[in-house]
Amino acid sequence: MHDAELQFLMAGVIALLIVASIIGWIASRNTRSQAKRETVLNLNSRIRAWWVMAAIFGLALATGDLGAVVLFAFISFMALREFLTLTPTRYGDHRALFWAFFVITPLQFILLAVDWYGMFSIFIPVYVFLILPIRAAAAGDIEKFLERSAKIQWGLMICVYCCSHAPAIVTLLKIPGYEGQNAKLLFYFVLICELSDVLQYVFGKTLGRHPVAPAVSPKKTWEGLIGGVIATVLIGAGLWWATPFTPLQAAGLCVAITLLGFGGGLVMSAIKRDYGVKDWGTAIEGHGGVLDRIDSLCFAAPVFFHLVRYYYSAN
Amino acid sequence: MTSDLTATMLRLLTGVRAHWRGCEPDLRQRIYFANHSSHLDAPTLWAALPPALRQLTCPVAARDYWTAGRLRRYLATHVFHAVLVERKTPTARDNPIDDMLRALGDQRSLILFPEGGRFTGPDPVEFKSGLFHLAKKRPDLELIPVLLDNLNRVLPKGELLPAPLIASATFGAPLRLEPDEPRSEFLSRARQAIIALRYSEPL
Repeated sequence: MHDAELQFLMAGVIALLIVASIIGWIASRNTRSQAKRETVLNLNSRIRAWWVMAAIFGLALATGDLGAVVLFAFISFMALREFLTLTPTRYGDHRALFWAFFVITPLQFILLAVDWYGMFSIFIPVYVFLILPIRAAAAGDIEKFLERSAKIQWGLMICVYCCSHAPAIVTLLKIPGYEGQNAKLLFYFVLICELSDVLQYVFGKTLGRHPVAPAVSPKKTWEGLIGGVIATVLIGAGLWWATPFTPLQAAGLCVAITLLGFGGGLVMSAIKRDYGVKDWGTAIEGHGGVLDRIDSLCFAAPVFFHLVRYYYSAN
Repeated sequence: MTSDLTATMLRLLTGVRAHWRGCEPDLRQRIYFANHSSHLDAPTLWAALPPALRQLTCPVAARDYWTAGRLRRYLATHVFHAVLVERKTPTARDNPIDDMLRALGDQRSLILFPEGGRFTGPDPVEFKSGLFHLAKKRPDLELIPVLLDNLNRVLPKGELLPAPLIASATFGAPLRLEPDEPRSEFLSRARQAIIALRYSEPL
């Protein structure tokens, strides 16, 4: 927290939110038509929620590495809850669900806290993958067995396993010459992820004409994607001084984050559309559920983590 | 105090959301009748009500279950303010309808599960006649159908450990007993009102 660069990044976020709040306030005063009012109201509740989310994230980082681990454990729990609420399961899955929430999710984050990289990487994809269906089979309900097992495993992979790679940036990376600064790298990663979401939304709302996959989400357009990616990559490269990367390397990593983030949003939209819902939940005003907010982050985190680990980390 | 704390904990565990589709929260005397599949049904429906209504609303519950053990007895009498009724061998002197009428008085509302037990199917089974007798004796009451969803996944019948999925309580439009409406017709109409809520759209 005594890192001047991290404080500078945080001050930048606060400045950005102040500007956004002022724009939202002006827009709410100048909007007359009913259709636009809805958009402006939603925009303002989104901005209010951003303040809360930024404050929670900042506080978690301020309490140290464990704060980030606990925060993401809580986020994973909420996201998994939303995912499994909308996913049909049967009575025979009950014990497996209990384990997923109260044993597997906490364990994955405890592995992070105790710095056990090997087990962190294989716990859910190997052990849970094999043991959960054994438990469900023992319960004796064969109806749609593979479908049910696959859905629970998939939920755990996205909401818990992938999401846990964000706090893994803090605890599991050992970058020579960047010791003690990993919290700043997590802040940078989350900032780029969320900026990418926001900028894709802004470019899509203002210039969006051609949807990328109209059957999945009419709101995700080529204009939003291209504008959002270019703007985010430029900002991400400009913030290279907060990272262990050169400006060009930062730009490359930002391309990976933004494209995966877009893909994550698209995949989760396809599931929502299939289930016939607009949002995963109602936990965050204006945004929908927790999973609506972190879908892009879940897809980007493991890839960012492994790229950085492979090219920069000493372990 | 204990009641408010318990209600908050129940709302966190079940994430319950109240959807007022056919009526608004109101202090007038009502009977909320709902489908029943989990021990959490009565506590959760009670917790989903706004605090002012919650204080005046009593779940009707089986005496044999809620007096077994000190914790349940304490919860039933001091936290939920439940009306405990005899469901197995009602007699003229120990009649559930009389207990409910006494509890209603002139300001309280009730939460009632007219199936008379917990069932695991997606739709409620045929109703017992208690709701009809109450409607007959107290025609001034509003009868509100409530669809409880997902609680059978949070805590299914026969399980001790909960899975924290998000539950919901959907409140429908008030029903009244028509003059001369036969018992079976009224009960089946009330049951259909709950089933129909599964397919209702937000107002």
